[in-house]
Amino acid sequence: MDIKPKISLQNLDFFYGKHHALKNINLDIPDHHVTAFIGPSGCGKSTLLRTLNRMYDLYPGQRAEGKILLDGENILEKDTDLNKLRARVGMVFQKPTPFPMSIYDNIAFGIKLYDNPSRSELDDRVEWALKKSALWNEVKDKLNQSGYSLSGGQQQRLCIARGIAVKPDVLLLDEPASALDPISTARIEELIHELKTDYTITIVTHSMQQAARVSDYTAYMYLGEMMEFGKTDVIFTNPTKKETEDYITGKFG
Amino acid sequence: MISLYQRRKLINNFNMLVAWLTMGIGLAALGWILWTLIGHGLHGINLAIFTQDTPAPGSEGGLRNAIVGSLLMSFSGALIGTPIGIMAGTYLAEFGERGWLAPTTRFINDILLSAPSIVIGLFVYATYVATTRHFAGWAGTFALALLVIPVVVRTTENMLRLVPNTLREAAAALGAPQWKIVTMVTWRASKAGMMTGILLAFARITGETAPLLFTALNNQFFSMNMNAPMANLPVVIFQMAMSPYDNWHDLAWSGALIITVTVLLLSILARALFRQDKTSH
Repeated sequence: MDIKPKISLQNLDFFYGKHHALKNINLDIPDHHVTAFIGPSGCGKSTLLRTLNRMYDLYPGQRAEGKILLDGENILEKDTDLNKLRARVGMVFQKPTPFPMSIYDNIAFGIKLYDNPSRSELDDRVEWALKKSALWNEVKDKLNQSGYSLSGGQQQRLCIARGIAVKPDVLLLDEPASALDPISTARIEELIHELKTDYTITIVTHSMQQAARVSDYTAYMYLGEMMEFGKTDVIFTNPTKKETEDYITGKFG
Repeated sequence: MISLYQRRKLINNFNMLVAWLTMGIGLAALGWILWTLIGHGLHGINLAIFTQDTPAPGSEGGLRNAIVGSLLMSFSGALIGTPIGIMAGTYLAEFGERGWLAPTTRFINDILLSAPSIVIGLFVYATYVATTRHFAGWAGTFALALLVIPVVVRTTENMLRLVPNTLREAAAALGAPQWKIVTMVTWRASKAGMMTGILLAFARITGETAPLLFTALNNQFFSMNMNAPMANLPVVIFQMAMSPYDNWHDLAWSGALIITVTVLLLSILARALFRQDKTSH
């Protein structure tokens, strides 16, 4: 690959207790591009995403083996500071998860974890994040209202704003638009396009069209294995493996 | 031959009827209790009840010392028990994923929750009253606190478990340490439920007689000294109801009415809080 990798997975295995969910994954996720993970349900694409910020660490019985190099540093080491790691690798989930607080505080929460900004700096950061996630115009007059008062699509953009407000390097998007209507989905996809100039983005999606629209690289996974990885236009027009072609053309899955 | 649909409809109607009937029995009992209390107690409610202390045999008086004593001990009991209960419940729901400590604590808490309150009273009698050799308001307070703890532990844990894991993950994904996730996100998300638990625990201890009988005992005079025996509504009601004097009986009825109305108001407040929070989200 000609682009330097931001994240490099080497011989990655993942276990839910005894269940072997990811099998010897090797993959370079390119810097400042969008990488999509596709594959049928249960193929391990969400699991893979959750290893990249070690979200699985919250639950007993889940473990990863192998190496995940983030800027050359293995984040699977025992002494990795998980909170600092997660501040660098942000995540947006399938369902919008606003915190039970005001729109403003939803964004400020993450900023205040690692910075100690003055009131006006904080105001600026919140505004910046909301503008970046294309939500500012809709919420600028009601920053003190509850995050729950927003529509589903707005809530999801709030979660993206919250994620980028802490200025991570990487954004993990786990089916960010699957619970949203087509218009909100289109807005999120536009947003992904704009964000990739600043961030390395990985997205898990069930929608083949979405993967084709938003990503530069695509990884097809099946039963915990990495079947094929390459440039999105190549994967979608000229896949090397029969299984990939079957899945993309809808013969399977 | 009746059709499957008609049969289902019949069974449905029958079950509906049974459900309504049982609800009616429950409500009737409650209505009856309230009716009796109001019938016997309402005419005794006047200013004197709140300004005069419990009378000597044969003379007139009120319930001031008992009301103040009850409030004092119930509030301090709740004040001591609530933080302990919230902390323990939070541990069970948020930190006790691994290991044996949480399951054991939960089990013991369940026993404490169903322990008869007289056992709690005897326990405090043996540990506090018997060693200091005097009944005291503090002893009553500790007994009530011991009753508050298991209720608050249970409701706190249950309410925190209702908070979806995705919310915790979302906070963790921003790099928030666990104590921040708990204090800033999950506590906030279950605020109303936890408040309800505290109010219900408070409502429960305001009517407890058994744990106070061996601990705070009673006091015929007005006293705010927590190191001395202290008057309280439940024990006063018990003693006055057992007495041969008619005006003491009236006072006992009025006291019972005061407790019941207080508990009723607290329950309504708890429900209102819970509902308001649900709709605002």
